[in-house]
Amino acid sequence: MSTKASRSAARLMISPAVVLLLMWMIVPLVMTVYFSFLRYNLLSPGATPWAGWDNYYWFITDPSFNDAIWNTLALVGGILVITVVGGIGFALLLDRPMFGTGIIRIMVIAPFFVMPTVSALVWKNMFFNPVNGIFGNIATSLGLQPIDFFAEIPLLSIIFIVSWMWLPFATLILLTALQSLDQEQLEAAEMDGASWSNRFWYIMLPHLARAITVVILIQTIFLLSVFAEILVTTNGGPGTATTNLTYLIYVSSLLQFDVGMGSAGGVFAIILANIVAIFLMRMIGKNLDA
Amino acid sequence: MGRITLEKVTKSFGEVEVIPPLDLTIEDGEFTVFVGPSGCGKSTLLRLIAGLEDTTSGHIRIDGEDATDLPPAKRGLAMVFQSYALYPHMSVRKNIAFPMKMAKVPEDEQNRRIEQAAKALNLTEYLDRRPGQLSGGQRQRVAIGRAIVREPAAFLFDEPLSNLDAALRVGMRLEISELHKRLATTMIYVTHDQVEAMTMADKIVVLRAGNIEQVGSPLELYKEPRNTFVAGFIGSPKMNLFEGPEAEKLGAHTAGVRPEHIEVGDPASTYWSGTVGVAEHLGSDTFFHIHETGLADTITVRAPGDVDYKHGDRIGLNPRMDMIHKFDQQGLRIQ
Repeated sequence: MSTKASRSAARLMISPAVVLLLMWMIVPLVMTVYFSFLRYNLLSPGATPWAGWDNYYWFITDPSFNDAIWNTLALVGGILVITVVGGIGFALLLDRPMFGTGIIRIMVIAPFFVMPTVSALVWKNMFFNPVNGIFGNIATSLGLQPIDFFAEIPLLSIIFIVSWMWLPFATLILLTALQSLDQEQLEAAEMDGASWSNRFWYIMLPHLARAITVVILIQTIFLLSVFAEILVTTNGGPGTATTNLTYLIYVSSLLQFDVGMGSAGGVFAIILANIVAIFLMRMIGKNLDA
Repeated sequence: MGRITLEKVTKSFGEVEVIPPLDLTIEDGEFTVFVGPSGCGKSTLLRLIAGLEDTTSGHIRIDGEDATDLPPAKRGLAMVFQSYALYPHMSVRKNIAFPMKMAKVPEDEQNRRIEQAAKALNLTEYLDRRPGQLSGGQRQRVAIGRAIVREPAAFLFDEPLSNLDAALRVGMRLEISELHKRLATTMIYVTHDQVEAMTMADKIVVLRAGNIEQVGSPLELYKEPRNTFVAGFIGSPKMNLFEGPEAEKLGAHTAGVRPEHIEVGDPASTYWSGTVGVAEHLGSDTFFHIHETGLADTITVRAPGDVDYKHGDRIGLNPRMDMIHKFDQQGLRIQ
């Protein structure tokens, strides 16, 4: 890839893919932006007059909007903290030689293969249900008042379910990173008098920095659009307690049939995603260099 | 101080005994080299001394104190690894400072020792670089610097030069030898390269399958190898070992003569003769590989550089009779 001819040939060869991808992205984006300026409600079909900034105005001034933004950030932040910290812990445990390593590793990774709707329903009915759920039963058998998770701590419950699903992903990536650490470095640190916690802090954690960055970036992309778990458990409620931006857009466009308003929300989601991306890249992007 | 004593030390991995009971004393200030073919247990032995492996039985004493169950950090030993094992995300300065930071040495004392080590190892200009930006030889020096600043009772080197190219290896060999003369600290050095062993050691320990075959100074091992294994291992090119009628004529089961102790001459008037195979011209010397001598498949002979024989020529060989080594049935030296 150094000569002029090979460079231009390479550009020519990848151009169809790039053009296709660009159209794939640009067309829906332009349509979304276009719809967001129309008064476009499926309940009054036919006319779709120009609405100017009205959709944006009503979307922002909607009382659920503020809640949705904060819920989205709390959801992403909470899950990231749990999965990264938990993932490091699990990776450290699984890195040790032990009996039945293969089976245990498969079991740890299993939740990632369960569909979001299914795992959310399992959690809702088998674990979090105050009457039939395991936690409810444990509480009752201990003579305690069972917690009605989705009524009392709805957002935390959602965070918990989604963390359970993403923890395997973080564990897997961090485990492979941990296994690529040169054992001689750890032995050298041991000879240098570093205790286990010092070895973790000064040798392992810096080695994991890049993998942690990858986990955070990839998860953020997916966690900004958490939807299925909310739909099958709380439907965004009680009130707006678990409504995130994705769910709010769903409410406006598919429950209120307001395509214009939904599109305006979509544009907000794009902006929010980009703001988060810029912050993330600023904070941790330097880990990806060098 | 650094007098290290091994008493009946053994090491087994599961059923496999890698090191059968072994006794060894390394005197204070001695440069000891463990040498042997790969898989002979020399690295394991070093790791036992370092504390990175647990002994199965026996005792390790450092300056008379039982260190068998001490963790590595408490033994006062510093180790230089084959891969250097530098911390890639730390600058050279932080790498060197790491053991002192762990030992909570005061900051200004740390800086003093770093400057001192950097000066001794020509690293002053590189202190703020990261290991990834250094060449192999420089990384090696950083690893040594990290060991020096701890002011250890003994240095342990695990094949430290095997990742360097030939020219650098010779240079680093000298630097490590000089370092030893200057610090006069005990050093234990593991290598599979007998040239390194011969050039650097005060005392060589030849190992095979976990057993000590012979302990002695380089010249002792060269002049009086205790058995055929040591005879074949020490010296370059290898000693010519042969069995059969020619050996019996000399009164031995196996006889050996070093390439440098055979003179070439006219086949009509010499003790042995053969056909020249490959000739390796080094300039100062020429190594001839001789076939059809009736001794062994190949006999290597070292001749002066201006001796010129072609492939296929007949050549006469005259061994120096007083330099022939004789071994019995068990491969042990006959005095």
